[in-house]
Amino acid sequence: MKEFLENSVFFGAFISLAAYEVGLILKKKFKMAIFNPLLIAILCVMAVLTLLNVDYEAYNEGGKYISYLLTPATVCLAVPLYEQLTLLRKNLKAVAAGILSGVLTSLVSVFLLAMLFGFNHEQYVTLLPKSITTAIGMGVSEELGGIVTITVAVIIITGVLGNMAAELVYKMFHIHDPIARGLALGTSAHAIGTAKAMELGEVEGAMSSLAIVVAGILTVAAASVFAGFI
Amino acid sequence: MKYIRQFGIILLISALGEGLHILLPLPVPASVYGLLLMLAALSAGVLKVGQVREVSGFLIEIMPVMFIPAGVGLLTSWDALKPVWLPVTIITILTTIIVMVVTGRVTQAVIRKGNGGQKK
Repeated sequence: MKEFLENSVFFGAFISLAAYEVGLILKKKFKMAIFNPLLIAILCVMAVLTLLNVDYEAYNEGGKYISYLLTPATVCLAVPLYEQLTLLRKNLKAVAAGILSGVLTSLVSVFLLAMLFGFNHEQYVTLLPKSITTAIGMGVSEELGGIVTITVAVIIITGVLGNMAAELVYKMFHIHDPIARGLALGTSAHAIGTAKAMELGEVEGAMSSLAIVVAGILTVAAASVFAGFI
Repeated sequence: MKYIRQFGIILLISALGEGLHILLPLPVPASVYGLLLMLAALSAGVLKVGQVREVSGFLIEIMPVMFIPAGVGLLTSWDALKPVWLPVTIITILTTIIVMVVTGRVTQAVIRKGNGGQKK
């Protein structure tokens, strides 16, 4: 059995989809932010691997074919974005102000909290790119001398957290405008947040996609300045 | 046939994005170049939305699932994370929520000022 699981190329992909299905069922039943399908799926797969004593590498033999689609899927985010270009042009000022303030807030808040916890330079720059998409964030962390493994972990946790918390946060802070909702998800929680924005609506999804690109590029530039602060 | 062609176009643009990522010495991933290329192609009219609509809709819909393997990969980074997990968790939770609130509120405030307002 174990030997089969460690050699199967379909097992990893299958349990990922099955675990997401479990997440969807739980979400439907309990309707609470904590029952986020993505979070449930990740925890379920972790539990199955631990229980069956299967290595992550063996799981990823199948899992990597799901991850493989991530680049084409991100490319496709241009389609909803293109369909909302008129709306974007009309609200250019608000969009620019929103993303820029979000990027600066991210860097400033990481800086202040890192100071508070007495982080050294390496630990601080590891967290600086935490709100941007993984591939850009890894590059920033590496360039500034951070610990890339932790950066990746924190970026993923950030994404899942943003995906989970968005609806509650929007309710608590009265964020109702679809453009604002989309930008907030994309700027704070990159592509994983965008997956949530797509569920909220077309405008939300398009704005979130835009925020991934703009916030990612702005962070590359601004993080190199912020890196000098600690 | 329609789906094959649509998927083919998307893979071609992804591959072009990969090419740019290799050629240009910037920390921009292939996926972001690809997104910009796709947007440019649509804007220039080289590509029509109808030529990629169904497959791109499908890929976007199943996107959350694509993050599962990376999330499960946190199992392997636990050793690195262990010594700093508490401050890192606190910082991650706080900053994510704060950034979400600030971005949303600022955008909303500027929109409500009828695009005539200033930042913050």
